[in-house]
Amino acid sequence: MSIAAKFEIEYLQYLDAEGKQVRDDLPEFAKDLNHMVELYKLMMSTRVFDAKSVALQRTGKLGTYASCLGHEAAHVGIGSAMKPEDVLAVSYREYGAQLYRGVQPREVYMYWGGDERGNDYQNEPARHDFAWSVPIATQCLHAAGTALAFKIRKEPRVAVCTIGDGGSSKGDFYGAINIAGAQNLPMVAVIVNNQWAISVPRKIQSGAPTLAQKGIAAGLYCIQVDGNDIIAVRKAMEDALDRARNGQGGSVLELVTYRLSDHTTADDARRYRGEQEVKDAWAKEPMKRLRAWLVAKGVWDDQKEEAWKNECDEWMDNEVNAYLETKTQPVTAMFDYTFAEVPADLAKQRDLALSLEKKAH
Amino acid sequence: MAQITLIEAVTQALAYEMAHDDSVVVLGEDVGVNGGVFRATQGLQEKFGELRVLDTPLDETTIAGVTVGLAAAGMKPVAEAQFEGFIYPMMEQIACHAARMRNRTRGRITVPAVWRAPWGGGIRAPEHHSEANEHLFTNIPGLRVVMPSSPARAYGLLLAAIRDPDPVMFFEPKRIYRQYKEEVPDDGEALPLDVCFVLRDGTDVTIVTWGAQVKEALEAADALAEEGISAEVIDVATLTPLDFDTIAESVQKTGRCVILHEAPKTAGFGAEIAARVAEECLYELLAPVERVTGYDTHIPLFRLEMKYLPSAERVVEAAKRTLANS
Ligand SMILES: Cc1ncc(C[n+]2csc(CCOP(=O)(O)OP(=O)(O)O)c2C)c(N)n1
Repeated sequence: MSIAAKFEIEYLQYLDAEGKQVRDDLPEFAKDLNHMVELYKLMMSTRVFDAKSVALQRTGKLGTYASCLGHEAAHVGIGSAMKPEDVLAVSYREYGAQLYRGVQPREVYMYWGGDERGNDYQNEPARHDFAWSVPIATQCLHAAGTALAFKIRKEPRVAVCTIGDGGSSKGDFYGAINIAGAQNLPMVAVIVNNQWAISVPRKIQSGAPTLAQKGIAAGLYCIQVDGNDIIAVRKAMEDALDRARNGQGGSVLELVTYRLSDHTTADDARRYRGEQEVKDAWAKEPMKRLRAWLVAKGVWDDQKEEAWKNECDEWMDNEVNAYLETKTQPVTAMFDYTFAEVPADLAKQRDLALSLEKKAH
Repeated sequence: MAQITLIEAVTQALAYEMAHDDSVVVLGEDVGVNGGVFRATQGLQEKFGELRVLDTPLDETTIAGVTVGLAAAGMKPVAEAQFEGFIYPMMEQIACHAARMRNRTRGRITVPAVWRAPWGGGIRAPEHHSEANEHLFTNIPGLRVVMPSSPARAYGLLLAAIRDPDPVMFFEPKRIYRQYKEEVPDDGEALPLDVCFVLRDGTDVTIVTWGAQVKEALEAADALAEEGISAEVIDVATLTPLDFDTIAESVQKTGRCVILHEAPKTAGFGAEIAARVAEECLYELLAPVERVTGYDTHIPLFRLEMKYLPSAERVVEAAKRTLANS
């Protein structure tokens, strides 16, 4: 019998859980310690932002919120590797990547606070990125379509989508990577494997030993990465983006990380997962190891940590206030964006809504 | 006898039928250990094991298609769509296969499956968690579309749905999942499908509705009664196949009809009922049919959500208009 195909999946890691460097060949960006401090700072602000969100939800000022606790390296790694002209299509918890691209915390608060204006990102480059995609995996196809547009127009840009381990089970994900392979599209699909899809563990999603290898069937470049190691994430992302930009096709990256929080504020993870597992995951969390590495390099210390933490708190407090001060949209808002122009029949319904509104006051 | 909520009635019906029929299996996302995100399947996996209460990979197409295969192979699957807003990828399997299999094979292969989905708005949920889209399914021949409006009807109708030899969409109005409790004997007694329930007798106007809006309809009837107007309230319960006779009988008696639903107005199921009233009761009508519905917009995120949902006051006004017009 001869062999028709064979494959291997590489695993990439630079920093272990203790922050010890396990490889000598540091990528260029990681030699710039100031830059690494910047990445660390954004990871920290992401964490502070996240804690604020959960607190807001607990006090009834936000609706259901999906926390990103533990995903800081994965998310900031994705965002920081991308160029402004690239396009990002996320699901609903990749705030670290979005903050890097200029999404404001107040916009995130607005969205989860029940206000569509949170999706109207004001800053570039986020302004040309997709909005949060709650129906799982659907955004992967948007990235494929966007990548196709880049290819047709011969633009050296890349479309990036992120998806969970659960979401990588969905046909939309397979369809997206399949067309990316078939058409050699400049697309990078990032599976953020945080081990759980609500209560369903990774092993129930797929019998495959890695999720990265799903891309093999699609003809894409595939790699598994320590998703808690920002150097590894950033490096794998940069390589994938370069290949895509140079016409060498798409990639599937599996970032192995852990969801340290509940799935959302409506979830109670204690119902389905053990304490020990979460404890073990905390030992591998992404900030601790980068901090240890930066401290060992002499570019970070407790004082700087404290000072930056205070700055983050202040930043988020401002954002929270800005959010809380936004007035609810007028009732007409639900009609005004359904079509480019409000059709006559819908205008009558808008009038009805307005008259009911007046009566209520 | 215990008083239970609508969601507990769902669990009770599932547990009853699983205990009495080995071919009943429950499948979906998070239905196992977690007992479903709304806890509808709570405790079932412990009782019946991981194969009869199956956590699936996260893919609605998979869930729907595997459900078709299970049913065709002689099982009675009850699949959960975590939210009706995520049911769209299931539609292909439901429309192209579940609903057609009996006809396609001249009865040789059938699909006795149930798809359950938490339906509708009003719980401050995130985007895509509040859709009311029953009308997308009422236009598919070969499919039953059922919506309970109380704990007792949830229990009885779900049992009937599982026992039914054809595919059933079972939409659970999540706004009233835990709104109130009711005594529901766990006696395995099903309620009939394909019939409307007259919840309140009246002589002046017929209010036709289903699911969560039954609450607003009854409130409206109370308010109208205070003004001396007698409203009959009909819970459609099984939207398709429609028991139009019960509606017709009522409208012929009252001469007036107000239809209430949460889904967008255009091509909502109210349009079907209004058309049937026009076709079959025109000469008994004393006033034009009124529809009180959601708007033809996406249901807004929750800051504006309650302004989208039709209120009892709107029903009262519509009912009064039918009286003023006649
Ligand atoms: C199509 C669809 N089905 C179900 C849901 C409900 N839901 C929201 S998040 C989630 C689990 C997602 O898990 P995963 O893809 O691993 O991403 P994670 O949330 O862990 O980041 C589910 C089932 C949804 N949003 N969309």
